[in-house]
Amino acid sequence: MDHLPTLVTEARYAIQAAGSISALDALRVRYLGKKGEITALLKGLGKLPPAERPVAGERINEAKQALSQEIEERRCALEKADLEARLAAERLDVTLPGRGQPGGGLHPVTLTLERIEGLFTRIGFDVAVGPEIEDDYHNFEALNIPAHHPARGMADTFYFDATRLLRTHTSPVQVRTMKASEPPIRIVCPGRVYRSDSDLTHTPMFHQVEGLLVDEDVSFADLKGTIEDFLHAFFERDDLSVRFRPSYFPFTEPSAEVDIQCVMCAGDGCRVCSHSGWLEVMGCGMVHPEVFRHSGIDAERYTGFAFGMGAERLAMLRYGVNDLRLFFDNDLRFLRQFA
Amino acid sequence: MKFSEQWLRDWISPPLSTQALADQLTMAGLEVDAIAPVAAAFDGVVVAEVVGKEPHPDADKLNVCRVDDGSGEPVQVVCGAPNVAVGQKVPFAQVGALLPGDFTIKKAKLRGVESRGMVCSASELGLEEETSAGILELPVSAPVGESFRDFMGLDDHTIDVDLTPNRGDCLSLKGLAREVGVLNRLPVAGPDIAPVPSTHDLDFPVRVEVGERCPRYIGRLIKGVDVTAETPLWMVERLRRSGVRSIDPVVDITNYVMLEIGQPLHAFDLANLHGAVIVRLAREGERLVLLDGQDISLDADTLVIADERGPLAIAGVMGGEHSGVGGQTRDIFLEAAFFAPLAIAGQARRYGLHTDASHRFERGVDADLARDAAERATALLLAITGGEPGPLVVVEDNDHLPAARSTTLRETRLTQALGMPLAVDEVTEILQRLGMTVDKRAGEWVVRVPSWRFDVAIEEDLIEEVARIHGYNRLPVRRPAARLALRADNEAKVPLTRLRRQMVARGYQEAITYSFVAPELQRAMFPEAVSPVLANPISSDLSVMRASLFPGLVRAMQHNLNRQQTRVRLFETGLTFRGPLDDLHQVPMLGALACGSRDPEGWNGDNRQADFFDIKGDLESLLSLGEVDAWRFEPAAHPALHPGQCARILHRGEEAGWIGTLHPAVRASLGLKVDALLFEVRLDALTQGRVPTFTPLSRHPEVRRDLAFLVGADLPVQALLDTIASQAGEWLSEARLFDVYRGQGVPEGRKSVALGLTWQHPSRTLNDEEINQLVDAIVTESRQHLGAELRG
Repeated sequence: MDHLPTLVTEARYAIQAAGSISALDALRVRYLGKKGEITALLKGLGKLPPAERPVAGERINEAKQALSQEIEERRCALEKADLEARLAAERLDVTLPGRGQPGGGLHPVTLTLERIEGLFTRIGFDVAVGPEIEDDYHNFEALNIPAHHPARGMADTFYFDATRLLRTHTSPVQVRTMKASEPPIRIVCPGRVYRSDSDLTHTPMFHQVEGLLVDEDVSFADLKGTIEDFLHAFFERDDLSVRFRPSYFPFTEPSAEVDIQCVMCAGDGCRVCSHSGWLEVMGCGMVHPEVFRHSGIDAERYTGFAFGMGAERLAMLRYGVNDLRLFFDNDLRFLRQFA
Repeated sequence: MKFSEQWLRDWISPPLSTQALADQLTMAGLEVDAIAPVAAAFDGVVVAEVVGKEPHPDADKLNVCRVDDGSGEPVQVVCGAPNVAVGQKVPFAQVGALLPGDFTIKKAKLRGVESRGMVCSASELGLEEETSAGILELPVSAPVGESFRDFMGLDDHTIDVDLTPNRGDCLSLKGLAREVGVLNRLPVAGPDIAPVPSTHDLDFPVRVEVGERCPRYIGRLIKGVDVTAETPLWMVERLRRSGVRSIDPVVDITNYVMLEIGQPLHAFDLANLHGAVIVRLAREGERLVLLDGQDISLDADTLVIADERGPLAIAGVMGGEHSGVGGQTRDIFLEAAFFAPLAIAGQARRYGLHTDASHRFERGVDADLARDAAERATALLLAITGGEPGPLVVVEDNDHLPAARSTTLRETRLTQALGMPLAVDEVTEILQRLGMTVDKRAGEWVVRVPSWRFDVAIEEDLIEEVARIHGYNRLPVRRPAARLALRADNEAKVPLTRLRRQMVARGYQEAITYSFVAPELQRAMFPEAVSPVLANPISSDLSVMRASLFPGLVRAMQHNLNRQQTRVRLFETGLTFRGPLDDLHQVPMLGALACGSRDPEGWNGDNRQADFFDIKGDLESLLSLGEVDAWRFEPAAHPALHPGQCARILHRGEEAGWIGTLHPAVRASLGLKVDALLFEVRLDALTQGRVPTFTPLSRHPEVRRDLAFLVGADLPVQALLDTIASQAGEWLSEARLFDVYRGQGVPEGRKSVALGLTWQHPSRTLNDEEINQLVDAIVTESRQHLGAELRG
């Protein structure tokens, strides 16, 4: 009984020195377990005179509680240290790249086509597509370009035989759509077109989007509004100057070429716009009555407009691509820039 | 068409700068492509007269000349030109002059003789591309001392206007001037053209056999022309500034009149005309040697100018070599004809030709010009080459001359088309300025179209003319109105955009390759494929339509491998072309290619190469967007693919595509060193999807049994899965393949296939007994049909 203080001091010292949970557990057993030294003191109370027992019992219990608490505190400290050690050991270099493959990307021409389609479908146009190997009738005749028309010289055509060819524009889709449906018609026709031309600024295949709107009381003013809105939306520039220049397409009348203020130099004149400050970006016009006649639409009742643009040209202007031929090399270093 | 700005300004000169004039033309639909000065910058060059010439004492080819440049004493210059002569007027570069190419004239000594200036040739002044043979001789009337630039009017521009095919009427100074007059409300003054009186009555018989193709033929015999005469400098210059080279005076004059008023002309050497000039169709196979030396065989549909011995020229396209004017020519027969546009259209192209004449006749030459052109050319010939004109020979077919066309423009239609009303007076005035005869009636204009406007025939043409002259950019802008109507939307359709994005999510870059490929490449991959072949390919490499997306993808892979890109993932969507033209299928497909490591090179150290099951996984991720249960893969053979690593892809039991490893033999033939994995699938099958249908979730426990079978090593696992599905009863909810193993513990020629089968009943707990029965049935059936043994 007299050695209780010594025992407590010794136990405290041991607890503080315990370096692990298991050592601590051993100390608990040694001092506080069923056969522990403190427990033994409690058991020895009975040997004391009854008058001393309460005081002695209290002292022992206090010592027991104190040690118990110290063990608990030490346990917490050890556990915390353990956790910290484990966390330190598990540290990762979070700057390493993640596992697995990165995503790919869409071709810039597809991005452009989807963008154009999206702008028009959101205001009620449908997307229409058609065959790429076409016949003379749909590619030329029905578009008011009869055989030997000088306009046939405007598009150098790839032929398979006397009447079958690779479409030179997506306009045949308009004809097919008008034949198959009744006004109001609102379509955009994206797709591949072909012309036998290959140099720095021409590839034998490229992409066009043509649009067609046929309804009652459609005017040149509607055409101008649609084109202006489109160009402002496409380039995300509401202040972009747009001008309409009289031109000629056999399938529209009146016809116009559309120029925008050069997006590279803001109209100041640069290499891209040949120092004119303007860039020709699309052609358009009011549907020619002869085209309506071929398509079985009453040209007295209905009027309409059509427009067409080259997707590569718009993609080049939008993304700053300076070489048309890159679009068809499919060089990954090029394609990845649009992912 | 190129023309000289000064020449145009002789006809009409609006108070506009060169640029403003060009902009005005462009905005009226006559697009100016280029404006270029007619001469390079130079300065210090004056008109001078050669007043003395003596041989150089020390050089055979040099002369010592004295030149009067108007500055006082004649100047001594050494001149090497063979044609220099006393009395000539010449361009003279004084000391201090700056010539094109930054070349300054200084005092010099040439073989000991002082030379103070330079007598110039046309090329030295940048007036000719080729090096000139001698000095440029100026007319004797040229005033000594005047600035050469001023004398020549060199502060001029060549304006190149890119005319659309409908505006043949503007292929002349006359036509352009008319248009400028309309735009500026100014009168136009052209040269006076008056009939030239004949000095003899000789003519030459003309017979037109096809009046509908040549409704007007005018000829004139001119005797005694001097073809050795020089074309005057002013004409040479106007031609040059219009992009036409001077040849000889007769040709120059016909070209000049064509540029001036738009009528192509032709001159024959009378000595080579026999009997009569006959305008007729060629006889099939008749031969003609053209001016350019080409010997051609004519088609029966070609209009020719012939004589009694045979064809002399393709009418309206090009003359023949033998009947043309040459150095010996004395008498000429001048032709000015109106050929119907449809008679000429396509003729030039058929023979691979394109001439100034065919360009104009195809687009339509004003039928009323022929007579003026003949008179104008005669007058110029007389002035330049001399000669005695005979009377005009005129053969006309009034039934086939273009009739005056009338058309009506309604006010309501004009207002509707433009989206706003225009003042009646303005419209009338615009039409009149364009040369139309206008009869304004209530609510409409009845318009007679001038003979030169072949492009104006219907009301819309008039609307365009009014809009064009009023100015497109002054017309209103509005947005189309439409009824808001919802449209059908098929939810069971997988949009192409969704498929593309799935490929992108799987790490693929989208490619766009040409739809035509090299025949060798296609043959190497598809020896049996038939697809259309272009008649006029741009090169043999791009001559056959692709029957599959594989060739283009492989080509794109090669491009990248050659540029150190070793890991390639590409996909493409687009049409493939199958079958002969008469039974052609244009089939939209989605194709993909993978080569190189499974993952990009990384710190992980996993550099396994992609294999069949990687690309199949990519494909299955696409299939899962649509009718996932409608697809199957079956082993099959494909010429482009490895026979042991190739599957036919079936959609609802029909072939919808192929997947596999590029055949090693094909790979070797393409010189590829790495494996490539490919698939392509029909888009119509891929886009078929499904509208989800809900199945209630079962609250009862699942039962899972794992079974491992030993089967023949060659047995497709699909066969085992099919057998299991046939025996597992309707409550089988999943059959998961979790191991396929060959090697230690598995007999040679066999493989172990392990599956986890899960059953679940929607409304009750399944008991062991019924599951055991199903498992027994599976085991029995697999043993009997597939020789599969259950592993212990």
